[in-house]
Amino acid sequence: LSSSSLLLHHHHHPWSPIMETTKSMRRARQRRSHSSSQFRYQSSQVELTPLPLLKDAPVAELHDLFCKKLQQCCVLFDFLDCVADLKGKEIKRAALNELVESVATSRGVLIEPLYPEAIKMISVNIFRTLPPSENPEFDPEEDEPTLEASWPHLQLVYEFFLRFLESPDFQPSMAKRYVDQKFVLQLLELFDSEDPREREYLKTILHRVYGKLLGLRAYIRKQINNIFLRFIYETEHFNGVAELLEILGSIINGFALPLKSEHKQFLVRVLIPLHTAKSLSIFHAQLAYCVVQFMEKDATVTEYIIRGLLKYWPKTCTQKEVMFLGEIEEILDVIEPSQFMRIQEPLFKQIAACISSPHFQVAERALYFWNNEYILSLIEENCQVILPLVFATLYRVSKEHWNQTIVSLIYNVLKTFMEMNSKLFDDLTASYKVEKQKELKRERERAELWRGLEEYQERRMQMLTEAARNQRNLQERGERGDTLNPSSPQTAHSDQPEPKPSGASSGAGESAT
Amino acid sequence: MAGADGDDSLYPIAVLIDELRNEDVQLRLNSIKKLSTIALALGVERTRTELLPFLTDTIYDEDEVLLALAEQLGNFTMLVGGPEYVHCLLPPLESLATVEETVVRDKAVESLRKISQEHSPVDLEVHFEPLVKRLASGDWFTSRTSACGLFSVCYPRVSSTVKAEIRQHFRTLCSDDTPMVRRAAASKLGEFAKVLELEYVKSDIISLFTALASDEQDSVRLLAVEACVSIATLLPQEDLETLVMPTLRQAAEDKSWRVRYMVADKFSELQKAVGPEITKNDLVPAFQNLLKDCEAEVRAAAANKVKEFCENLPEDNREQIIMTHILPCVKELVSDTNQHVKSALASVIMGLSTILGKDNTIEHLLPLFLAQLKDECPEVRLNIISNLDCVNEVIGIRQLSQSLLPAIVELAEDAKWRVRLAIIEYMPLLAGQLGVEFFDEKLNTLCMAWLIDHVYAIREAATCNLMKLVEKFGAEWAQNTIVPKVLGMANDPNYLHRMTTLFCINALSKACGQEITTKQMLPVVLKMSNDQVANVRFNVAKSLQKIGPILDSNALQTEVKPVLEKLASDTDMDVKYFAQEAISGKLSYHWVLKPFNRLSYI
Repeated sequence: LSSSSLLLHHHHHPWSPIMETTKSMRRARQRRSHSSSQFRYQSSQVELTPLPLLKDAPVAELHDLFCKKLQQCCVLFDFLDCVADLKGKEIKRAALNELVESVATSRGVLIEPLYPEAIKMISVNIFRTLPPSENPEFDPEEDEPTLEASWPHLQLVYEFFLRFLESPDFQPSMAKRYVDQKFVLQLLELFDSEDPREREYLKTILHRVYGKLLGLRAYIRKQINNIFLRFIYETEHFNGVAELLEILGSIINGFALPLKSEHKQFLVRVLIPLHTAKSLSIFHAQLAYCVVQFMEKDATVTEYIIRGLLKYWPKTCTQKEVMFLGEIEEILDVIEPSQFMRIQEPLFKQIAACISSPHFQVAERALYFWNNEYILSLIEENCQVILPLVFATLYRVSKEHWNQTIVSLIYNVLKTFMEMNSKLFDDLTASYKVEKQKELKRERERAELWRGLEEYQERRMQMLTEAARNQRNLQERGERGDTLNPSSPQTAHSDQPEPKPSGASSGAGESAT
Repeated sequence: MAGADGDDSLYPIAVLIDELRNEDVQLRLNSIKKLSTIALALGVERTRTELLPFLTDTIYDEDEVLLALAEQLGNFTMLVGGPEYVHCLLPPLESLATVEETVVRDKAVESLRKISQEHSPVDLEVHFEPLVKRLASGDWFTSRTSACGLFSVCYPRVSSTVKAEIRQHFRTLCSDDTPMVRRAAASKLGEFAKVLELEYVKSDIISLFTALASDEQDSVRLLAVEACVSIATLLPQEDLETLVMPTLRQAAEDKSWRVRYMVADKFSELQKAVGPEITKNDLVPAFQNLLKDCEAEVRAAAANKVKEFCENLPEDNREQIIMTHILPCVKELVSDTNQHVKSALASVIMGLSTILGKDNTIEHLLPLFLAQLKDECPEVRLNIISNLDCVNEVIGIRQLSQSLLPAIVELAEDAKWRVRLAIIEYMPLLAGQLGVEFFDEKLNTLCMAWLIDHVYAIREAATCNLMKLVEKFGAEWAQNTIVPKVLGMANDPNYLHRMTTLFCINALSKACGQEITTKQMLPVVLKMSNDQVANVRFNVAKSLQKIGPILDSNALQTEVKPVLEKLASDTDMDVKYFAQEAISGKLSYHWVLKPFNRLSYI
């Protein structure tokens, strides 16, 4: 994997700015809450004194001064108290600004001894246990996030880190001694920050780290997997899923072919199950992008993807159902015809089910597939298979749906089918009633079967209780001294299912021993 | 149905399996939920040889179906032929224990734990323990997490060589590569420690405990705190200091608030587990720190434990510890910046009065109660009021009544109806403690005012409250104080208030008894049958049905019946319906007395 294969081109994706809605305006709290749990671990407060400016320093002293400024920036301040130590805060802010400026513009500043100091300064500032959410039912779509109080400094530290990584002088071979697995793990945990500004920085930074420090790639992927798996199966809460997926989108883009089994496993066991999350809407665009990236890399994963989505198809949440349908359309847009044939049957059964949804947005979204020319051409090629799958639904829903738009969309679809294959269409129309009858008959037979089974069960249960009672009586008599052989376990298990003795006494024998 | 007596040719397995394979998930789910019925129809032999292999092979389904299957299989022992054959159930459950979905996996583990008890010791070693080993060394994390829950059920019943293997597997999982598995192991550490021999608790468990408690992920570390309780209980007192306390101290000062929260949350259990000496020397300062923690979540969790912690302090110097170490922190919490902290404290603080006795309560606690009664957050005030009974026993409620009243009045008029509702629910309790005079003088007006609240839930609660008050103070009190006011509302211009009269009568008639009901309430109800608003009229019908059982049959026949018959021919459909309901309801009540009347209404 060359680092150049890693592209970050998500910023112009049409879906990036999804959630600027009026809803959040409406529910915005009057008070923007700030939080920081960073300051409290520093016991004694150091007084800062301003150092000379970097730009005035003689070349010989530059590195030493740079280092001193880095050390100065390791001092943390209490931002919850906004008037505390204003002078110190200002000195640190100015120093950080200078460091950013220097690393971004001058060459030759980043020499080896500065690496541990720089990474230490970054670690001290950014690594912290994120505070508990002020709003335990925080809904990222509706509520205002809690913003990081120490952002005035934190932002500059992130900016410095980013410039550091992007500097032409940056040497991965030196950095990797300090930016190690432990460092990356802590960096990943910060993605849970509620502050979107912080996550934005983290996203770009992690992307650069992934691109430049090749030795950490496998580890980063594995830890992202762990974060996702915990999110899916344990906590259902992690603020940075969208950002991590965005990075993964570009990582997937750079995968070499043929796909390693590790990557396929990631698709099947992590990306697809991510669709089950309650908060899917927040990261669905990025997730769908990743899924489609996989398909474009290797068409043979198509079947896993579609079957996976069908397995996790939302049962009660129509909003999610619409998202799933959107993703299916994105997939069908790039599907290979041979792959389409492998999944058309289960897929169109689901699409038929969506068309008959009483929620008109679901039905509408499914019917829009017929407006997509590529999908329409796939349907036409496989009309013999697909039409029989959806015909009965279309026919029934066209007569029953409460929403007029749906009814007219269905008429269009029926018309399209009629034009595609009028013979098949007529046959299906003619046999519709017969099929319906057959279905009813099957249902009756099933009901009959279960009734029989349940009657049988009831009788068996009665027999078992009776046998158990007899057994008990016998035993009691035995205990009173009557000589009576308890039935041997061997005979108890000779399994002639009926009529009375064996099966029954196997239960009874048990309760007696 | 010729062979329905159980001839298995009637239900060929194919038909039954078809049911389990039905395309419709819902139908599939229904069939799986009745798997025992199918197994019974097949008999034990075919269940073992045909049904179970089918189930094992086809475990790729919706999680919902798998969950039902995992649950069913835990109760299948008899259906496969009893304990002798119970190991047949292991293959499908093993597959289920490896699926992704946590709920399914947990259920499979639960079923496995259940059927492990039905294995003979030999079968446990031959069949069950190898399964645990396979799971413990599975490729994907799911099987390894499942394995964590199975060690403790087989350990006590296997040979010492196998025991050694099990301990080794558990050790491996505690240092697993994925945090999910380490979390699972950490959460089972306490349970596993309980079944181990003491020497292995000391040699194995302690090192695992120490390692997990300093894991790089706080989600693992916090689970070790839970294990700490069990482990400390198992060890002799003299070992606690060296084996457990270093780790516990470290957890109480962990840099992650989640870990500190866990320590606070488990504080009472920890206190009991480590005993009085360590509590005095270590836990008291640790508890002080938690009460002063920088994170509100932690403070709230600790505040919740204040009473329990003080209660469980060694009696010889309990009072001194509380007064010098705990009370100063408590005083600070009363004016905490976070309302959850204050309200957690308010829910337990009153309990301290029984521990500290009358004098200390008056001198030190009373000012705190009073401050909390004036807190800006209604939840804090409510929590104080809801625990008044503790103080009442120690110093009598009168000490508080001066401040209590304004607090109650303010809550009673709070803009949030849920707050009003909450205070109403404490009224009967307050009335009992304050006594009837104080009540009549100060609170009666409030109780009546709630009857005309603009929120229905409040009016409803207010009627219920009146009923409880009458139960407390008696019918005579009711007749003098509340019945006249309630009946007066029958003439209110607002129909909602007129209906409230009816609702009150429904609630009060039983507590007031036949005399008051017949003489005072019934005439009002009957008069209201002429109300212009249909809602009032059909509520009259409902009320008559309600109070019917309390009236004597003469009143029923001469007064109630004619009115109901009139309402039964009302122009409004609903009025008619409820009148008819009342007639048939009431007459069936008196059916024993007047069997012939009933016929005319059938």
